[in-house]
Amino acid sequence: MKQYEARMGLEVHVELKTASKLFCGCRAAFGGTANTQVCPVCLGYPGALPVVNRHATELAVAIGLALGCDIARVSRFDRKNYFYPDNPQNYQITQWYLPIATNGSVSIETESGEKKIRIRQMHMEEDAGKLVHEDGQTRIDYNRSGIPLVEIVTEPDFSTGEEVIAFLEKLRLRIQYLGASDCRMQEGSLRVDVNLSVRECGSSALGVRTEMKNLNSFRSVLLAIEQEEKRQIAVLEAGGAIVQETRRWLEQENTSVAMRKKETAGEYRYFPDPDLPPLIVDRELLEKVAKKRPEFREEKIERYKAEYGLSGYDAVILTSSVQLATLFEETTAICKEPKEVSNWLMTETQRLLREQGQDAEDLSVAPEALATLIFYIKEGKINRTIAKEVYEKVFLERVDPETYIRANGLFMEESADILEETAWLVLKECKKSVEDYRAGKEKALGFLVGQMMKRLGGKANPARVTECLRKCLQIDGAGKE
Amino acid sequence: MSHGTWSATEWSRRIKAGEMTVREAAELVYERIEKNEKNYHCYITVKEKAVLLAEAERLQQRIDNGEFSESPIAGVPVALKDNLCAEGMRMTCASRMLESFVAPYTAEAVRRLSEAGALIIGKTNMDEFSMGNTTETSFFGETGNPAAPGCVPGGSSGGSAAAVAAGECVFALGSETGGSVRQPAAHCGVVGLKPTYGTVSRYGMVAYASSLDQIGPLTNTVEDCAAVLSVIAGKDEKDATSVAREDYDFLAGLKDGIAGCRVALPKEYLAEGIHEDVKQALLAAAAALEAAGATVTETELGMTEQLVPMYYCIASAEASSNLARYDGIRYGHRTGDYGSVQELVARSRAEGFGAEVKRRILLGTQVLHGENYENYYLRALKTKEVLKRRFEELFATYQYILAPVAPATAPKLGETKTLLQKYLEDIFTVPANLTGIPAISVPFGRDKKQHPIGIQLMADRFCEKELFRAAYVLEQAGERMQK
Repeated sequence: MKQYEARMGLEVHVELKTASKLFCGCRAAFGGTANTQVCPVCLGYPGALPVVNRHATELAVAIGLALGCDIARVSRFDRKNYFYPDNPQNYQITQWYLPIATNGSVSIETESGEKKIRIRQMHMEEDAGKLVHEDGQTRIDYNRSGIPLVEIVTEPDFSTGEEVIAFLEKLRLRIQYLGASDCRMQEGSLRVDVNLSVRECGSSALGVRTEMKNLNSFRSVLLAIEQEEKRQIAVLEAGGAIVQETRRWLEQENTSVAMRKKETAGEYRYFPDPDLPPLIVDRELLEKVAKKRPEFREEKIERYKAEYGLSGYDAVILTSSVQLATLFEETTAICKEPKEVSNWLMTETQRLLREQGQDAEDLSVAPEALATLIFYIKEGKINRTIAKEVYEKVFLERVDPETYIRANGLFMEESADILEETAWLVLKECKKSVEDYRAGKEKALGFLVGQMMKRLGGKANPARVTECLRKCLQIDGAGKE
Repeated sequence: MSHGTWSATEWSRRIKAGEMTVREAAELVYERIEKNEKNYHCYITVKEKAVLLAEAERLQQRIDNGEFSESPIAGVPVALKDNLCAEGMRMTCASRMLESFVAPYTAEAVRRLSEAGALIIGKTNMDEFSMGNTTETSFFGETGNPAAPGCVPGGSSGGSAAAVAAGECVFALGSETGGSVRQPAAHCGVVGLKPTYGTVSRYGMVAYASSLDQIGPLTNTVEDCAAVLSVIAGKDEKDATSVAREDYDFLAGLKDGIAGCRVALPKEYLAEGIHEDVKQALLAAAAALEAAGATVTETELGMTEQLVPMYYCIASAEASSNLARYDGIRYGHRTGDYGSVQELVARSRAEGFGAEVKRRILLGTQVLHGENYENYYLRALKTKEVLKRRFEELFATYQYILAPVAPATAPKLGETKTLLQKYLEDIFTVPANLTGIPAISVPFGRDKKQHPIGIQLMADRFCEKELFRAAYVLEQAGERMQK
């Protein structure tokens, strides 16, 4: 059998996190009752006109810059003409001839070292509505119609599925750090189409490619790449030829089916949208975007090590999601205990996420809550065991730590009177241990401390308990003499 | 006529002075509608009399309360071309496709009219989706020309022009893509303006060719035309192609005259293909402008052969995309017989659109397809830029270009012509749309059958005020000629 190698390129759609849609004022929120976030513009009514959302342009520029792209000072919107019921105007407004960003690149880590993935272009476009198939009928929800998207197109620079995933993870995190999108594949705010072709090893020309759609998770992406590579090799080995087509990944069956023959660009009759003047990215907008540029992961890792003295490993984990990094930074800002915060996030938080089957993206712990727990431990108001118990409540139910601890009487017993009272009770009960102690057995004191902690329900500082016991034993001894 | 001339500004002055009520104004117009409509069929939809009179009463109260004191058209009955949205009113675009479509919102230009206290009477007939220049492509039947019996009113805003001419409204709004206001204005003997592109918001006007479309007034006088423009013009955030202008007072200096101005008269317009009566009127107009102190110079415009092909390339390409939304899914005509969504769309469109609309959609689809995009569409756009530069050159020397509106007066209803002949009749009007400049049609003289002739004046972008000044000179001279 001949040796083959695969080449892959990606088309990644990212939904921009704007309050309103790309060309009208409708809310752009995910979900919502069908057809409640619509207006004449995003329903394609007669006479309605599009107006570009400036915030969407800002986010697109920010993403373009984060991908190392050249930003076009003047770009343009074009119409892609095709009939489909989810597309209310029967054309999609996109950027075909002059996209807003071109010529970028992103480096990824691979087994054989760093690899540069070239970004051919990134353009802005509007999303379509959604077809809902139920009870043998098809209905259309236009809430999604007109939501701003960017489409990122890479060169065919990937040779393995792992490289694709490494790229996607990096891309997703960068965009999340920018606050430009949630990038949730399940909700469709990150959509990945994989173009894949195979060729004989050593050949320089690319083979005929297929485009794989309907990939709903990174896992699907990996599986689909694996299957499609096998499928194409089998076709070639059997003396067949690959058909340039769009294929649909079937998650359940772990296989794909042909959807349609790939259209040529000419069939879409692209032309500049006469309703929209050229899109100008001026100095003011560039400066605004630059001012808002966040610290990216690589920079955070270095700073966490230098500024907070964290280990490289901890810094890598803490920056692996925006939510985790934000929680770390905000909590540290309040309590000034970076290592302590890091420990909580690296151990307890990771354990709870695992147990709940959640991603760091789902984290909803308030930094004030975690900081409060850390304060209480430091001041001896609670001990670690209780802190962990409270943190679990904070994590799961978002309780306020102070209220919860007070309500459940979990604060350490600090009243000297109560400590002393308890000490006398213990001394009275445990005569044997008292005698042992007097006989010089220091160990007996440990037992007495344990008894006292038990009576106090563990809510006392062991050092203060010991001190109090010693004092009482002395008084007791003196009284006898 | 008991209320003097049917001038919007005059009526509004009288209404505000208490010499006429809004109800009287509405009744006068409604009488004309009841009398004339069966002959002319200017309207597709007319408001019921009771509804209209109730609105008139409410408007009267507001006027009595001192509202609209700045408005030059308060209380005046107006007709809208049926491609303009007015919330709650049917809007058909004269197409079976939108036969029972009710607009869910109001066009910006219409909103501005209402805000100025105009009284909307109804929606006028037109060529289907504005495609045509005789109003004969309407699904609802043809419109007669009140000023030229047995003739078409021109188009596509033929219903609006005819309604003004027949006194079935005091003024009207139309829309232009290649002359659809000016040409019916000329054929019906009224004033019609195509403003500078971007001056009037297109929001709520059904698009034919977005880069050329512009709403314009049809009025009885040049003064009315300037007044209506000052009401409907304005930068609109809902239309990305609308522009902010420095000055919206188009009435200022209307009667200042044009002494010392330079006027270009393209030689091509005096050549073959133009009817002798129109040519004589054009020369008379040139003489009238000279008499007012302007200099008229015959010049060469050039590019005449490219104009109509360029226009139809661009207009049909944009139309093919603009009209894709009419698919029978969300609104509009839906076929009763389909087995799949593809069939639903194809049959709804086959049944809903008339022949001329289908022809232009097919033409536009062809023009944009594959390599044709470069060979036809892009070439047309490039030629358009050359034309723009040519006009800029002319406007460096001249303030005005004098031209006919149509090669002849209104053709007879049902007159058979080849498509090419029909398309070529747009030759004098399309340059203003292609270059974005303002142009006006003023009634000036009549042909041997006593049918009105329209004379066209064009000016540089944003020079409407100057345009009205010259148009006013022509209007005065034309009236003297009639006497």
